[in-house]
Amino acid sequence: MTTTYAPAPARQTRAASPHRAARGRAGRRRTLIWIAEHAIAVGLACAFIGPIVFIFLTSVMTDGQSLTTSLWPHHWQWSNYRTVFSTAPVGTWLLNTVIYAVAATATTLLSSVPIAYALARFRFKGRNTAFLCVITMMMLPPQVLVIPMYLMWARLHLTGTIWPLVLPSLFGDAFSVFLLRQFLLTVPEDYLNAARIDGCGELRVLTRVVLPMMRPALVAVGLFAFFNAWNDYYGPLIYTGETPAHWTLALGLATFKTSHAVQWNLTMAATLIAMAPVIIVFFFAQKAFIEGVTLTGVKG
Amino acid sequence: MATHQIVQLPLVTAPLKARMRRNRLRVLLFLAPGLVGFTVFLIYPLVMTVWLSFTNSNMISQAQFVGLRNYRYLLDGDPLIWHAVRNTAWLVVIMVPAQVLFALGVAMVTARLKAGASLFRTLFYLPALAPPVAATVAFVCMFNPNSGPVNRILGLLGIHGPLWFNSPDWSKPALTLLALWGSGTMMVIFLAALLEVPAELYEAAELDGAGPWHRFRYVTLPTISPVVLFATVTGVIAGLQYFTQAMVASQVANGNIQPAPGYPDGSTLTFPQQLYIAGFNQFHAGYACALAVVLFVVAMAFTVVLLRRASGFDIEESPR
Repeated sequence: MTTTYAPAPARQTRAASPHRAARGRAGRRRTLIWIAEHAIAVGLACAFIGPIVFIFLTSVMTDGQSLTTSLWPHHWQWSNYRTVFSTAPVGTWLLNTVIYAVAATATTLLSSVPIAYALARFRFKGRNTAFLCVITMMMLPPQVLVIPMYLMWARLHLTGTIWPLVLPSLFGDAFSVFLLRQFLLTVPEDYLNAARIDGCGELRVLTRVVLPMMRPALVAVGLFAFFNAWNDYYGPLIYTGETPAHWTLALGLATFKTSHAVQWNLTMAATLIAMAPVIIVFFFAQKAFIEGVTLTGVKG
Repeated sequence: MATHQIVQLPLVTAPLKARMRRNRLRVLLFLAPGLVGFTVFLIYPLVMTVWLSFTNSNMISQAQFVGLRNYRYLLDGDPLIWHAVRNTAWLVVIMVPAQVLFALGVAMVTARLKAGASLFRTLFYLPALAPPVAATVAFVCMFNPNSGPVNRILGLLGIHGPLWFNSPDWSKPALTLLALWGSGTMMVIFLAALLEVPAELYEAAELDGAGPWHRFRYVTLPTISPVVLFATVTGVIAGLQYFTQAMVASQVANGNIQPAPGYPDGSTLTFPQQLYIAGFNQFHAGYACALAVVLFVVAMAFTVVLLRRASGFDIEESPR
């Protein structure tokens, strides 16, 4: 590594000139800074990944060992992952979570694209107001509306099911609309006009020209919608908290330690089951995630 | 704002009028689901929240108007509400800025890396996606004073670790560490902004003899400040909603089947938790709605700050 910033060979012949000494010092300093920066980064990486490694290691320990401070499993008890499914209805929770996440993703994508397209591409009176409404919905804490919403779903006899969690996304999800709009603003108008001149209606322009160009944004929005539902605790707590048959993984995991197992190893196994899809999908689609996040923070 | 037509025609003719009408219809068609959603899932419940906050609604029987009674109870009566307000304020004033500074620091380190920058970015971002419940359960286990690795490592360094999630003084700092672990989203946003700062600006500053601090203060910070503001305001709004981690941490650390919100000693009882308890455990829906109105006003105040200042929401921007 030290060679990276070593002075050029031609200079080395001029031995002991003060100029050269100064360059050498600067080079050494830069090498030290390089090492320091990468050392900090490695330290941070350990801090960020450490907890996940810890969860995994604890999840394969024996009951007794997981109650001690030791970090490395003496005996790799893989059967914990089977035990976890029989100790608690983890299978049911998993199924409910998958249903919720898939349904929410599909409805969000379906409903948010046309709204975002209209906000980004049509010119009409009240467009700015409409966009302000989207931002308001995005920023509004869900707790503000939760009581009347609960009463509304109760009147429709849908509390105790996952319907109250899925149905609202049929009517557009504010965050997804926002993100898609930011992306659509970057699509050059010329492409759309070319299609319009060829006689395409707006719906055709959207489905034939814009949608294929939007693939990265759609992937990002889909992933965010999926994992928002997967990670959601508040919604399932409000609407299915009283009916364990409809619990999601987040809800079950929160009570797992206290009601099903005092063993940390099983708790960590359940924790890793909840985290696994996120970790796996992330490694396949990290570019889409990071592009999506960047789009929300930086001007589109 | 003036209305433009997509195709400019010299005169307002009959076909143009028909076209404009079709335009309006099309806009309405595309926006229809959004308009329904906006009305049914925002306007209606918002109006109802305000109305219910002036009633004695208990979710079951007919609500009766009681004037400002719920708000009087909020100010002078609810024994736990000031606990909740103080805790939520603590999170907004300490946890959120800590998160912003930490994410900015990590982003600045990552931006300077010459080897493996994208690998490190991936690793730093990953925990942000972890389900909050799973992350909280894991942290309570890691910070467990008896069997957790954190106090063991501190012990090797000669530090007697605190009780973390079981101590009223350390439960919020422990939650803050959990928040730092998951601050990858902010980090990615900051990193993108840092990489967009033009290199010429740094070179010019360096030629003028600016040191690292001055380069940060007068070049980096002014360029990325809209993004920092955006992240801070969204962070504050998330802080006002802080619920899941506090709820789960108290439940798991307490270890009792009976839920003990705020365990230990009310130190993790947040405002939204108090709202949840009032509404769904005690069925004081009217009072819960009064709390919701307060939350709404505060969250909107921060949103207005964001809309006024941040460039990410440049709503006047027209399509290119």
